[in-house]
Amino acid sequence: MASVSTAIRAPEGALHGAGIIRAIKASRIEFVVSVPDITTSEGLLRPLAQAIEPRLIRVCKEDEGVGICAGLSYCGRRSLLLIQQTGLLDSINAIRGVAVEYALPICMMVGLLEKEPGVPPRQSKRYGVRIIEPVLEAMGVIYHEIEGEADVGKIAPAIDAAYAQMRPVVLLIGRRPS
Amino acid sequence: MMKRDDCLRALARHVTDADIVLPVYSSAFDWIDIRPHPLNYLSHGAMGLASSHALGLALGRPDRRVIVLDGDGSLLMNLGSLVTIGAVAPPNLYHFVCENGTYEANGGHPIPGRDKVDFAGFARAAGYRVVFDFSDLDIFEQQVGALLGETGPVFADLKISSSAPQQRDYSRLHGPHVRKAFRDALMAN
Repeated sequence: MASVSTAIRAPEGALHGAGIIRAIKASRIEFVVSVPDITTSEGLLRPLAQAIEPRLIRVCKEDEGVGICAGLSYCGRRSLLLIQQTGLLDSINAIRGVAVEYALPICMMVGLLEKEPGVPPRQSKRYGVRIIEPVLEAMGVIYHEIEGEADVGKIAPAIDAAYAQMRPVVLLIGRRPS
Repeated sequence: MMKRDDCLRALARHVTDADIVLPVYSSAFDWIDIRPHPLNYLSHGAMGLASSHALGLALGRPDRRVIVLDGDGSLLMNLGSLVTIGAVAPPNLYHFVCENGTYEANGGHPIPGRDKVDFAGFARAAGYRVVFDFSDLDIFEQQVGALLGETGPVFADLKISSSAPQQRDYSRLHGPHVRKAFRDALMAN
């Protein structure tokens, strides 16, 4: 089980979508599969939608994306599921069966809706934010907090490790990227 | 009304060694006896997700036909996938639904809207390129070869009755050896 120290927080707004997208491309992600998420809407999803690569696949519901990413993984094609934590919660059974029990590298980038910038998820006033890390721990899913620019460097190694070790990973986006 | 195993035998005569086939639940137990093959993709992890796995495979291997043998109860759990597939429009995806109006693997209870829902209509409205609706085995046998020659996404609703009672050993669908065999076969070619 991996997590991230939450003692030191980056200053407000210190997360840039361009850097996250560079990290996604450096991870050799060919497909981004997404349901829109307000945290990552402007800084990530909108520029990704305008890019030729990686290819954006818009889905109706997040658990669809788990299946799509699984199918791609068998083909040796890397993908990233870009969703909101509400969608992650809605997809727990798919993540349980496909990602965890089948040991597949389902990589999820999850915007934390209504998380207060600079506040660790577990200390959020929002129930829907506070429960995410304990839920992932109960499922045995490795996660990393991406809160500031210093955290962006974790993205590519986390994705590489998921594929190397054949397991899922969750990257929690804790504030709106600029 | 057609018997499911008769339909699947008719389909199997047109499936090649290069094709990937994703059968679910009762269709899967019929299919793996009719056409055992390492490119049968049997482990879907959660009910309803076969069509989504199929889309990932179709995107990842555009050189192969990807054939999903869905159930009506399964598809009802993932109707949004019809819209997603219609939008992405993979030319190599063939989506069959075995419609018997029941959750056969879960006690035979009726699906909601049995005899009212129109799966072919759903697919047509979602943007599938070609949509079929079969309830006569002779007609299905005549047309299934041409159906698989169409540019996808193709959808076919098969009005079926169940086959004979099955021995359901789920390790034949979900065992790690099944996924390894599939992965090895796909990566080898």
